[in-house]
Amino acid sequence: MHATPNDLAAEAPPKNYEIRRKPHLDGSLGGDLLEISMGPQHPSTHGVFRMDVVLDGERVVKLKPVFGYLHRNHEKIGENTTYLGSMPYTDRLDYFCSLTNNWAYALTVEKLAGLQAPERAEYIRVITAELTRLQNHTSLVGFLLQDMGAMGTPLMYAFREREKILDLFESLTGARMMCNYMRFGGCRCDLPPGWLAQAGQVVSGFPRFLDEYEALLSENEIVMARTQGVGVLPRELAINASVTGPMLRASGVNYDVRKVDQYGIYDRFSFRVPLGEHGDVYDRYMIRILEMRESLKILQQALRDIPEGPIVDPKAKLRGFRPKAGEAYGRIEAPKGELGFYVISDGSPNPYRYRVRPPSFINLTILEDMCVGQHVADVVIILGSVDIVMGEVDR
Amino acid sequence: MSAPVLGEGILKGMVETARNFVGSYVKDDRLVTVQYPEERLPQKEAARNFPFLVYDGEDWQKGLRCVACLICEKECPPQCIYIVKDTVRKPDYVGKLQFQPKVFDIDTSVCMSCQICVEVCPFDAIKMDIEYELSTGDRFGSLLVHKAQLAKSNTYYRRIHPSEAAEVDARLGAEKAKAEAKAKAGGAGAKPA
Repeated sequence: MHATPNDLAAEAPPKNYEIRRKPHLDGSLGGDLLEISMGPQHPSTHGVFRMDVVLDGERVVKLKPVFGYLHRNHEKIGENTTYLGSMPYTDRLDYFCSLTNNWAYALTVEKLAGLQAPERAEYIRVITAELTRLQNHTSLVGFLLQDMGAMGTPLMYAFREREKILDLFESLTGARMMCNYMRFGGCRCDLPPGWLAQAGQVVSGFPRFLDEYEALLSENEIVMARTQGVGVLPRELAINASVTGPMLRASGVNYDVRKVDQYGIYDRFSFRVPLGEHGDVYDRYMIRILEMRESLKILQQALRDIPEGPIVDPKAKLRGFRPKAGEAYGRIEAPKGELGFYVISDGSPNPYRYRVRPPSFINLTILEDMCVGQHVADVVIILGSVDIVMGEVDR
Repeated sequence: MSAPVLGEGILKGMVETARNFVGSYVKDDRLVTVQYPEERLPQKEAARNFPFLVYDGEDWQKGLRCVACLICEKECPPQCIYIVKDTVRKPDYVGKLQFQPKVFDIDTSVCMSCQICVEVCPFDAIKMDIEYELSTGDRFGSLLVHKAQLAKSNTYYRRIHPSEAAEVDARLGAEKAKAEAKAKAGGAGAKPA
């Protein structure tokens, strides 16, 4: 049966909002609740992410995060390719921090196969991971300010500095973002000549940028008014929801996998773990700035101490890699939180089970508790302060 | 923490933006933008984009290093390489009989530039190119690259990745010298490897 023009007119156009009746229990002035669908491509939702927000006026009553738009079957692909073949796919999890993703996966498979990266490779891993942390946190702070309405300037300053670090990555690995650099039992190639001096320059120039950035923002009255006391995540709730990374530390919990596990060679460096007090958006912003300063300390020590030597474990095999049957869980402190990989081997060239514990996905589950009772405009910056990357949330 | 006078923090920030704005006229490290099509940055030596096949000598059909062993086809994570092995051995550029690929296609619309084919190749036959202005209006035809377009000379490889190519040349030269010495020691009956 064909639709007549009259039928089409009768059909209501699709809406991305809905008006709900509010139960008048408290004797308030009344009015209705409005349910809005924010996203999936709203510019402030950091990618293809949707929030079903129920509003009472300007206040959030209920919030449901909806994700899965960027699902790419990462774990199933990992079970169908060789162990090495999953390495370039891990770059695409959290595409800001490909080197830490590489490290977490390499660490897990090394645990499974009993490989040990040589000294120089461990230093290279620490240097690249801390550089990754710097560039992730700079861009995060830029995006957070963009969400607050500071169009352009802070983000452009952040990207200017980030580009210097990406240049280092490109001359080392050949790619700015999809590095695919770590291998089981070491790294793919040695540092090119002059790289350490170049990295030293970037590291020594970075505090000036941080000072400028703090002068620009940290005492800015608008930033403080928008962020202080907004989106508070209480300490107990953060622990119960297994939130990790800067989010957890901003709520005052002293938990850093670099200190707790001391994976790699993190026991050799002296650095401190900054902690927040209130657990609000401002604390999360400040934690990132302070973490960058601590990362710079680690980088200075690592660049000073890096030894000469081989970069791959001689036992490591590139072709025909088959670890014996077993299982392993490896985790590192990625810039966004605890990134874990769980791999089960049945002795074949492919893993039997390959599982990712993505930090930004688990940190995102707490979004509703932080947003309820806040203004709808603050939802955007609370989401920004969680630091999510949809590539990792949806996998 | 908070400034004694309301607005002082904002003024401080304004000074910072002014410093960056004025600084961009005098200092290079504050003006980092490159006007792309007119200005270009030199490419890094480690840069990689899509793979190509290396050939020795003058004739690309004879000089291909690839012996169609299918390792890269198996290891390629997104499965973008397609190889058909030739059924007969053909003489290569030094006259040695070798298998060669009859078909060697790379679907660059699928390739993710991960360099794993380069790492697993035991014959140093496949390397990464640095060409990047590859956009095309034809979605299916010209993104599927065939053997004839993939074959590029060793001279080209030396030009785009000088230090890596020098290392490969030295290694291949050493292997060749070793094989020749072995053949000489083994007498006239020994077959060239």
